[in-house]
Amino acid sequence: MKKKYSIFSLIKNSFSYHENWQRAWRDPEPKKEYDAIIVGGGGHGLATAYYLAKEHNLKNIAVVEKGWIGGGNTGRNTTIIRSNYLWDASAGLYDHALKIWENLSQELNYNVMFSQRGVMNLAHNQHDVRELKRRTHANRLNGIDCEWLNVEQVKKFCPIINCSPNIRYPVMGSTLQRRAGTARHDAVAWGYARGADGMGVDIIQNCEVNGIKRNKDSIEGIETTKGFIKTKKVGVVAAGHSSVIANMAGLRLPLESKPLQALVSEPIKPIIDTVVMSNAVHAYVSQSDKGELVIGAGTDSYISYTQKGTHEVIEGTLKAILELYPIFSRLRMLRQWGGVVDICPDASPIISKTSIKGLYFNCGWGTGGFKATPGSGHLFAHTIAKDEPHILNAAFNINRFVSGDLVDEHGAAAVAH
Amino acid sequence: MFIIKCPYCGERDHNEFSYGGEAHLVRPKQPTELSDDQWAEYLFMRKNIKGLQYERWNHSHGCRRWFNAARDTSNDKIHSVYKIGEKPTK
Repeated sequence: MKKKYSIFSLIKNSFSYHENWQRAWRDPEPKKEYDAIIVGGGGHGLATAYYLAKEHNLKNIAVVEKGWIGGGNTGRNTTIIRSNYLWDASAGLYDHALKIWENLSQELNYNVMFSQRGVMNLAHNQHDVRELKRRTHANRLNGIDCEWLNVEQVKKFCPIINCSPNIRYPVMGSTLQRRAGTARHDAVAWGYARGADGMGVDIIQNCEVNGIKRNKDSIEGIETTKGFIKTKKVGVVAAGHSSVIANMAGLRLPLESKPLQALVSEPIKPIIDTVVMSNAVHAYVSQSDKGELVIGAGTDSYISYTQKGTHEVIEGTLKAILELYPIFSRLRMLRQWGGVVDICPDASPIISKTSIKGLYFNCGWGTGGFKATPGSGHLFAHTIAKDEPHILNAAFNINRFVSGDLVDEHGAAAVAH
Repeated sequence: MFIIKCPYCGERDHNEFSYGGEAHLVRPKQPTELSDDQWAEYLFMRKNIKGLQYERWNHSHGCRRWFNAARDTSNDKIHSVYKIGEKPTK
């Protein structure tokens, strides 16, 4: 049983110089057999295990992770959370996640630092204006808060944006979702890990999957660097490496894995208290609690598993950032990194059963999976436990690439993929 | 960031090139006779290999010709380039 974190436990532990805190999660060796195994210990995988244990009463669960938990894309994203998607299916999926975010710290007894500071999506031309106004209306029809700001309102809401009509891509307005914001990415992984571990889930780190053993059309277990583990259900949440795992099972997925970059500046005093995104010029920025500007760049065009991208991509993003925020021109960038993102042709995720019984995939989140972490885990757990999708992820099945019933968010997403 | 050797122009920085994805995907000869599954396979399903991959590139800011490359996607090292219609040397 996990001891509750509170002001009292903080005071109590301060007397022993914080040296006697209970371990947040164990470090177990794998058992011979599990009822279900989740491959991938990022936020989505840990959330899946958490909800499998909590809502579906499965207790004998393992999460296997080749590195350390939260060390992949969970620790590499720009932590933006929003649900202002155009299509009904996407709106349902991402707002489901946003609603869980709103109470997540309380539920996990772990501060995920969810901050509803609002997310703006800027319009830079007539088409953007029409497109974003349409999205505002679509969001409202789906019960998602979204408002349209004209240029004066943009300037008032975020004064450091350069709203001059004389720049190359002038700001012509913006959407604003006030419920949207950011969260602390590591805390999400750690909070779910602690919660899942408390319900008996084995989190096995430094354990890479080398093979998937199947008997014709059903799963028998997985081969790992810590030996063979028997199970009837495998849920794969391996982000950029989903195709690698799929190839082990003899499946093909409609994914391409590409490097996506982000960078942070030196820390400065509070200057931007919201998240500003721009699709047309591909620049988005927010400020972390440490004071660093967190800037998201784009993906490279080619498939690569290198976790690093090219310099031009960063250069393009920073050009746009400097035009929109001339005040940042003297800032130095401190760190830059890349993550490998798995992109679907329609830029929507796959949360689905497969043609192999007992093998499930949660992948294709592309450049925007962090925001969906709690909802993704919740719906994937449902799909694994019931062997059928929840109504909210039914549209995100793998079969849509055969039927043609795509969820085409490529044009509707807030930044270009 | 890497250098690509265009089989027509020689070594150039990769930002002169556009990416064309997985190579050797042959467009079905008789599209009307394909099942939905076969169409999905051709249009959407990809190997997305971590390791040696055969892929297409276009020298879009140069001679504008297409060619193939064998590149290791785990470290971006290009092992060979070869012209369209040719077989990879390795």
